[in-house]
Amino acid sequence: MATPLLMTHSVIEFPVSADDRRIARLAALAIGLTLAEAALPSPIPGVKPGLANIVVLLVLLQAGWRAAAWVSGLRVLAGAILLGSLFAPGFWLSAAGACTSLMVLALARYLPSQHFGPISLSILAAFGHIGGQLALAGWWLLPGAAIIGLLPVFAAAALIFGAVNGVVVARLLAPATSANEQPQES
Amino acid sequence: MVRAGDAGVLLAGTGLVIMLAVYAWGGDRGETVIIRAAGKVVETTSLAQTRVVSVSGPLGPTRIEIEPGRARVARDPSPRQLCVKQGWLTQSGQAALCLPNQVSLEIRGHTVAYDTLGY
Repeated sequence: MATPLLMTHSVIEFPVSADDRRIARLAALAIGLTLAEAALPSPIPGVKPGLANIVVLLVLLQAGWRAAAWVSGLRVLAGAILLGSLFAPGFWLSAAGACTSLMVLALARYLPSQHFGPISLSILAAFGHIGGQLALAGWWLLPGAAIIGLLPVFAAAALIFGAVNGVVVARLLAPATSANEQPQES
Repeated sequence: MVRAGDAGVLLAGTGLVIMLAVYAWGGDRGETVIIRAAGKVVETTSLAQTRVVSVSGPLGPTRIEIEPGRARVARDPSPRQLCVKQGWLTQSGQAALCLPNQVSLEIRGHTVAYDTLGY
């Protein structure tokens, strides 16, 4: 006679693939950078180096857009949980920025790579990030002209930090590509 | 390390930042709005919040709409509707005059373009 107790013996297994492990590891790295960055003082809320985007960009270039979206999404969610800002306005701004940034990258990754390197992708992603955040902030938090005066500051920060992060990504990728594909390139 | 397209993206980004700076900081965006009726100041208010002000003149009420960064005469009984057709005013020194109804709307910014204006 079958008893309901038997039900408790059934085990649901979620097979963990190597990809899952890699995404989790990289997401943890991105979350760590997010937390480190949150401790940095910033003159204007929203102007941040965006170090976690270095990880997202590396994942995009090495493992594809899907993995990058996973890492970015996990970064936003877990970062907010750890900072205690889950579902607070800052979380939604962060999520909006991450979404637009990923959408921009989804298109930008098709740019011919012999002309457009990680620096281009990083700058475009940074503009996507700040654009998404400002669009949501302008529409939801501060409707009206209040943000207009700060637009150039945000855009300049996106350009500078995007370029710097892009250089970091290019540097991090350089040994890997020069060893594998283009040994003659310095 | 910097490829041709990267330099292009950098230049385009710099151009975008400059354009935004000119758009946001160039010119003199209005900050306050002065509403006059029959030559007297009826209302001086900030261009920060959405408001609707109704001023009555000899022909009837003039309806003025204020939104963040801009203001306009939305409705006026004047026959030729010149002040209504001017639309939204944003820059310091701009003014919409509804002469038949003796109502005027003027935008002021950081610097005042004119000491005085006589209509």
